[in-house]
Amino acid sequence: MNPQQIANEAASLSDRAAQLAEHARQLAEVAAPVAAAAEPFLLLLTIFLMACFVGYYVVWNVTPALHSPLMGVTNAISSVIVVGAILATGLADSWAAKAFGFIAVTLASVNIFGGFMVTRRMLAMFKKKGS
Amino acid sequence: MAQTLSTLAYLVASVLFIMALRGLSNPETSRQGNLFGMVGMGIAIVATLLKPGMGAGGIVLVLAGLAIGGTIGTLLAQRIQMTSLPQLVAAFHSLVGMAAVFVAAAAFYSPESFGIGYAGNIKGASLVEMSLGLAIGAITFSGSVIAFAKLDGRMSGSPIIFKGQHMLNAALGALLLVLVIAFVATGSPFLFWLIAILSFVLGFLLIIPIGGADMPVVVSMLNSYSGWAAAGIGFTIGNLLLIVTGALVGASGAILSYIMCKGMNRSIINVLLGGFGSDSGAAAGPGAGGADRAPVKAGSPEDAAYIMKNAQKIIIVPGYGMAVAQAQQVVREMADLLKKEGAEISYAIHPVAGRMPGHMNVLLAEANVPYDEVHELEEINAEFAEADVAYVIGANDVTNPAAKTDKSSAIYGMPILDVEKAKTVFFVKRGMASGYAGVENELFFRPNTMMLFGDAKKVTQQIVQSLQK
Repeated sequence: MNPQQIANEAASLSDRAAQLAEHARQLAEVAAPVAAAAEPFLLLLTIFLMACFVGYYVVWNVTPALHSPLMGVTNAISSVIVVGAILATGLADSWAAKAFGFIAVTLASVNIFGGFMVTRRMLAMFKKKGS
Repeated sequence: MAQTLSTLAYLVASVLFIMALRGLSNPETSRQGNLFGMVGMGIAIVATLLKPGMGAGGIVLVLAGLAIGGTIGTLLAQRIQMTSLPQLVAAFHSLVGMAAVFVAAAAFYSPESFGIGYAGNIKGASLVEMSLGLAIGAITFSGSVIAFAKLDGRMSGSPIIFKGQHMLNAALGALLLVLVIAFVATGSPFLFWLIAILSFVLGFLLIIPIGGADMPVVVSMLNSYSGWAAAGIGFTIGNLLLIVTGALVGASGAILSYIMCKGMNRSIINVLLGGFGSDSGAAAGPGAGGADRAPVKAGSPEDAAYIMKNAQKIIIVPGYGMAVAQAQQVVREMADLLKKEGAEISYAIHPVAGRMPGHMNVLLAEANVPYDEVHELEEINAEFAEADVAYVIGANDVTNPAAKTDKSSAIYGMPILDVEKAKTVFFVKRGMASGYAGVENELFFRPNTMMLFGDAKKVTQQIVQSLQK
């Protein structure tokens, strides 16, 4: 499968997810007068469940030979928690929150850089016969 | 408008992360996939830094954190030996867990920056999500620290078991639930930190009873936890990207744990309750009674070299012992020499070989073994019947035919590599000790098995020397 096809597939997947999210949003809008606070949560929950399904199908397609790099990549991307840490460091007024944010940014960056680098090292070693 | 832009950037990053995982379906597309992941992370970080309200001081602080952490991470990743990969990954998981704890704390002390209320008056729903992110993060942290210590040999790999262990864990779990409910009701900082401490203790207690060779399951499970922790924080601060990524990582780790458990024919509960591979577990297994068996046939590396020189089809079965002896390079040299003699070489990998999923594949790739010579259990198992030689190096339980026949065996039902069907089996091993499961391998006593006693690397080196003559 070439990158273009992958891109198309991912695009159609995200389209479908967006459609579903839209449905969920409409549903939530109907429910809004009843439970005003529930709407954003329902939307997030919908996205969460959809992402679980996407993860399930994508990961079963990973070849077992690359399970170690898979852990490396998932490890690196789970550090996306850095987004929350950056928001805390940049936006918080309280010094405690700023400090917590800074520590979290530092810890997560070890992971981001370390995770992607070690995965790159691993993947660079996988070669075909004769190459 | 700026809000829409950053949400859009997060959406792009999520799609890139999905494509990063998608790329791993094939080694050819995997390098590009990793690149997608890096770009996605870059977009996420920049989009966050450009959010309205970010002060210059805050941005400088963030960049400092990125620089410090980035330098440490890069150095670690460059210096680590591939045999130590499992402990590095465990250490990295602990950092995600700890980061989740700190982000939860930041959200608790400065809720207005995330739009979830005001200090002392945070929305109830957000408190539930926050305590979930906090608890899972803390459990991930301390559990990963123990997994790291066991994998790195800083702590004995044997299970630590005491009376009432599972009762204690269940009680602590129940207490944690009560604390979360109280925390949501009161929003007290004291309870916040109490939840954190209790979760640290729980993570520690959950991992200590699990033995060294079950670490592939533990590492996969903690991988999953780190994802759920990120998703929990994502719900707390209402961030789409964290939720999507957390779900992807959580699903990935859960699938890997499932594959590992299936590779051992054990349930995840059985692994988590622990105690497997301990002395008491070994005593329960039918390992004794080897006295009335046929004698073991031991051979010399020269014998092995002679037989392999005349073989057409050779299958090499590597296990964790090969990694411990750092023998992968010399195994490749042996394979190269045998190929010159006209033999066809392939490698057979059991799903639970090594200390993390796919560990053996990485080590063989490091030794320049082409990946199309390396096969998974299902692909290659039928070929042992046609093989002249099976060269088992550092693997034990995964080749034990008792798993297919002996219903009383601790490993009964575990899928194994059918090495005994090869014309000749060479078994490289230090001594006659049992494998991790504490079960004696009846393969040793088969007439077509020849034991090569000694260190995996030295024995293989001697074979290489004889082949060169």
